[in-house]
Amino acid sequence: MSLKDIISPFNAWKRAFEKPDTIVKPLSERDGADLYRGFHTNDIEKCIGCGSCEEICQNASIDLVDVASIQAKSGDSGLRPLIDYGRCCWCALCVDICPTGSLKMSNDYTWVTDDSDAFRFIPGVDKKKWDNSEKGYKSFKEAWLVNPNREHASEKAPDIRKHDFDEYAEGFSDEQALVEAGRCLECGICIQACPTHMDIPKYISAIRKGNLEEGLRIMYETNPMLEACGRICTAKCEDVCAVGHNGKPIAIRSLKRYIGDKTFRKKDEIMDLKPVQQTGKKVGIIGGGPAGLTAAFYLRRLGHAVTIYEQHDKLGGMLKWGIPDYRLPADVLQREIDFIIRQGIDVKYNVKIGKDISFDQLHKDNDAVFIGVGAQIGSDMPIRGMDTEGVYSGVEFLEKVSKGEKPFVGKYAVVVGGGNTSIDAARSSIRLGANAKILYRRTEQEMPANREEIREAKEEGADLMILSTPTKIEKLPSGGLKIECLKMELGEPDSSGRRRPVPKEGSEFYIEADVCIMAVGQKVEPEFSESIGLKVTKWGTFEVHSDTLRSNDKVFAGGDCQTGPDDAIRAVAAGKTAAYFIDKQFKG
Amino acid sequence: MKPIWNDTQEYDLKSGKYVKIWQGPQHPGVTGNMSLELLLEGDEIKWLKTHVGYLHRGFEKLMERRKFINCFPIVCRICVPEPDTNEYLFAAATEELSGIEIPERAKWIRALNLEMARLAATIMGLGGQAASFGLGTIGQWAVAHRDFLLDSFEELTGGRIYHMYMIPGGVRYDIPEGFAGRLEKTLVKIEKLISDIDKVMFNNAVFKSRAKGLGIIPKDWIEPFGITGTTARGSGVNYDVRKDHPYLVYDRLDFEVNVGTDGDVYERSLIRKEESLLSIRLIRQILSKMPKTGPVRTFIPDILHWKIPAGETYLKAESGRGEYGYYMVTDGSEYPRRVHVKGASYTHAMALLEKLGEGVTNADIFGLMVSLQTCPPEIER
Ligand code: SF4
Ligand code: SF4
Repeated sequence: MSLKDIISPFNAWKRAFEKPDTIVKPLSERDGADLYRGFHTNDIEKCIGCGSCEEICQNASIDLVDVASIQAKSGDSGLRPLIDYGRCCWCALCVDICPTGSLKMSNDYTWVTDDSDAFRFIPGVDKKKWDNSEKGYKSFKEAWLVNPNREHASEKAPDIRKHDFDEYAEGFSDEQALVEAGRCLECGICIQACPTHMDIPKYISAIRKGNLEEGLRIMYETNPMLEACGRICTAKCEDVCAVGHNGKPIAIRSLKRYIGDKTFRKKDEIMDLKPVQQTGKKVGIIGGGPAGLTAAFYLRRLGHAVTIYEQHDKLGGMLKWGIPDYRLPADVLQREIDFIIRQGIDVKYNVKIGKDISFDQLHKDNDAVFIGVGAQIGSDMPIRGMDTEGVYSGVEFLEKVSKGEKPFVGKYAVVVGGGNTSIDAARSSIRLGANAKILYRRTEQEMPANREEIREAKEEGADLMILSTPTKIEKLPSGGLKIECLKMELGEPDSSGRRRPVPKEGSEFYIEADVCIMAVGQKVEPEFSESIGLKVTKWGTFEVHSDTLRSNDKVFAGGDCQTGPDDAIRAVAAGKTAAYFIDKQFKG
Repeated sequence: MKPIWNDTQEYDLKSGKYVKIWQGPQHPGVTGNMSLELLLEGDEIKWLKTHVGYLHRGFEKLMERRKFINCFPIVCRICVPEPDTNEYLFAAATEELSGIEIPERAKWIRALNLEMARLAATIMGLGGQAASFGLGTIGQWAVAHRDFLLDSFEELTGGRIYHMYMIPGGVRYDIPEGFAGRLEKTLVKIEKLISDIDKVMFNNAVFKSRAKGLGIIPKDWIEPFGITGTTARGSGVNYDVRKDHPYLVYDRLDFEVNVGTDGDVYERSLIRKEESLLSIRLIRQILSKMPKTGPVRTFIPDILHWKIPAGETYLKAESGRGEYGYYMVTDGSEYPRRVHVKGASYTHAMALLEKLGEGVTNADIFGLMVSLQTCPPEIER
C-alpha cells in the first residue's frame, strides 16, 4: 500500500463537476425506444379475430372475447384479443405472428392506476393514451413467423396443355403438401366462409401429422364431393385465409385434392362405412348433380332409402356436363360418385320428371322429395341474330365437349360473358383448335370467374376484350359470323356493388368469327318448374325457406335451381342442409 | 484425496461463545434471493451454510410443457444480469438438433449482443464489488453506465432487461440504422468509467486492504469445484469457452484471455475490469468485421408445430460468470423432452462459498460472495 492508494480515490470528486446524465422528469422526458415493446395497440378494423396471438402466447395472457361493437362476418370472427398484463411478459410473439399486422406494441411503458382489473383490457376497444403511438414494436416482414409463400403444384405448360383435354394440373407432392400444411395457423377463420363448413384446419392438421386417412374421414363429414372440389372448388376459404392478409393464402383446395388423390384407392377400407339401421322412409331426389348426390349420401347414411332420378345417362350434373375434363377428369368424378352410390342408393337414369314419371307420382311414392336439378339452360341475350347458325349457348357447348362430340369451332371462336362457363368455353375452343376471344362488358376486375382461371386462359392464348358487348349477330356470305359490338364504359355501381356498364356512343365495331358462344347466364328449365307447380321467384328459381330449403309439406329444393347459377360447393352445402332438415322432418 | 468439504464440525451454541445468524434471502448484501446461515465467533465466521430454494421457478420443467417457440421468451428469465447467454444457448441447441444453419450476419449480431450483455453485467458486477466494501459511489456509477447499455439494448431489441432477440433461426430483425455510432458513444463513456474505477477502486487503500488476500482460491481447487470463468482465471487457469471451444464468430476475432495469479478477491476484480475492456474491444471488432448486409434469420416453417428430431446435445458458452451450458434432449415431438441448464455460478456459489467463508469476517462475506459472482436465479432454474 502506498500514499498513492490514499490519494487516488479522491479522483471521484472530479465527477462532481461534470454535467449529470440524470434527467429531471424521467416519466415525461424519456420516450421508449422506437422498437420498445410496451403496451399493445390493436387496429380493430384490421384485426380479424383469428386468435393466432392467443395461440402463440406462452403466458396465456390473451383471450379472444366478444366485442359488442364488432359484428362477426365472413373472414372475421368478431372476437378481439383481451390482454392480461398480469401475465404478459412483453415478448411480442403475438405481434410477430399476427397475420393482419393489426397487433402492435406502443413504446409506452408507464401507466399507474390502483385498479388492478384495469390491467386486463382489449387493445383498440378500450381506449388508452398510447393508442395512437407511432412508435413501438411492429412486426417486420423479416420477423413474421409465418411462411408467406405458397407451394405451387406443377402443371403442364400452356403450349402443351392447350392441345388436349387431359388434366394439366398435378397434385402436390408429399413434400409440398407438408410444407403447405405447415403454413396453416389453424385459426379456423376459413370454416365459416366455406359454404358447407368443412373443418379445414382439422384436415390440414391431419396432413401435418401424416394421417391422411383421418383427413379423408374429416372431409366426408361435410363434403362427399371432395375430390371434385379439390380440383374445381371456387375456394372461398382461401379468400378469407388469415395468412392471405400478409402473404399468399394457404392452398386449401390443393391440400384437399392431395388427401383425395392419396386415399381414393383405399377409400372403402378407410371410410369403413357400416350399414346403418333402416328407417323405412323413402326420399326421391330429382337431379344427380352435386346437390342431389350430397343429399343422397347423407340421407342414406341416416338410414333412409334414396332414389335419384337423373335425366342423363350419367350422374354428376354440372360437374359432369359443365366442367371440361382438363379441369375435372371424368374418371375422378366417376370414382367419387361411385363411392356415394355404393352406399346403397338407387339411381334411375334417363328419367325426366314431368315426362317419364309425373311429379305427383314421385310426391306420392316418397316421404320427401329433394329437387336439385340445377340451372341447366343457357340464358339468351336480347339481341338480334341469336338463332343464327354457329351461335351456341355455353352450357350446350360444354355439354357437347364433355360428351366428346367435338362441336365445330372453326378458326375463330368468340365467347361472350365473364363467368367460369365463359372461360371454360374459351379454353375448350382453344383445345378444339380455335383462337378464342372473350367479350366481357365490364373490366377484368369485375369478372366473376376465378382469377386463376382467367390467368390460365390468357396463358393459353385466350384474348380478353373487356368493356365490349355484342349487339347483333349475322351470317356472312362466306359462312362465318359477323358480330356487331359496342364499347362500354363503367358507370355508377349497381346493387351488386359492381360498376354498371353503359354503352359508349359511336363506338360500334364488329368482329368476324366462325362461332359465337353465349355464356351470359343460366336458368332453371322453365317447363320443368312450371310442370311441378312449386312457387318460383321472378328469376325462375324455386322459392324455399332460406334455412331449411323446404318448399312445402315434404318438398325441398337446393343448389343452382334455388340460388341461380352458382358453384359446386354451394350445391354440396345445399344437399347437406336438405339432408339434415329432411331427416329432422322425419323425426318430427 | 481428502474430502474438500466437511460438514461434521459441531459448535456448542449453548456455550455463549457463538452466535448463529441468517443473512438473506432479503438482505442488501446478498446477490439475490438466497441466504447464508452463519455461525460467528465474535466477528469471525466459524461455519457457514448456503441455502437456496427461494427463487425456484421451475423453468426446466416448464419447458417440457412448452412448444419450442414458447420457450424462447422464458429462458432469458433464468438469469437477470445477463439473460442473453440463455437466449443464445437455447436457440443454438434447437438449431443444432434440428439441423438449422443460421445466416452469417446473424452469428455476428448474436456475438455483438452477447458481448454487450457481458459488458453490462461485468460493470455492474464491479460496481457491486465496490459497494460490498462500502464504496457506494462506484456502485452508482456502474449502475448508471449499465443503464446506458440498457438504452442500447432497448434500441436494438425492444427490451431493456429481457431482450428476447436471439430467436431460434437467428435474430428477430436487423440492427437499426446508425446503431453502431450511438453504441460507440456509450462505449467511450464506459471506457472513461473504467479508468475512473481504476483510480478510485483499484488504487484505493480501503479496497486493497479488504480485497487482497480475501477468499483465495488455490489453483488446484478449480477442477474439483468445477470453477470456470473469471473466477478460475483469477487463480491462473487459462480457460475461456470463447477461446477454447469457439462458437459463433469468436474464432474470427482477435483477442487474448486475461489470466491472473493471486486468486483472491482483488485479483478476480482486476480480471473483471480487464474483461470489460476486452468486451469493448470485441464489440468494436465485431462491428467492423461483420458483413454489412445479409439475412439475419433462417425461417423456421410451421413454428407453432415445430418438431425437432430426437437427439441430445450439450452446448456451452462463456458468460460473464463462466461456462454456461444447455443440455437439451428432444424426442421428435413439438416439445423439448428435457432441458437442463448449467448456470455458471452454480458451482461457485454454494459449496465453494461455504469452504471459503470459514475464517472470514462477517463484514467481508458479502464482498467474497460478490467476487464469486453468485447469481441465485441461475442456480435455481
Ligand atoms: S393475431 Fe392479429 S388478427 Fe388475429 S386475433 Fe390476434 S390481433 Fe387479431
Ligand atoms: S407480448 Fe408475449 S406474453 Fe404478452 S401477450 Fe404477447 S405473446 Fe403473450
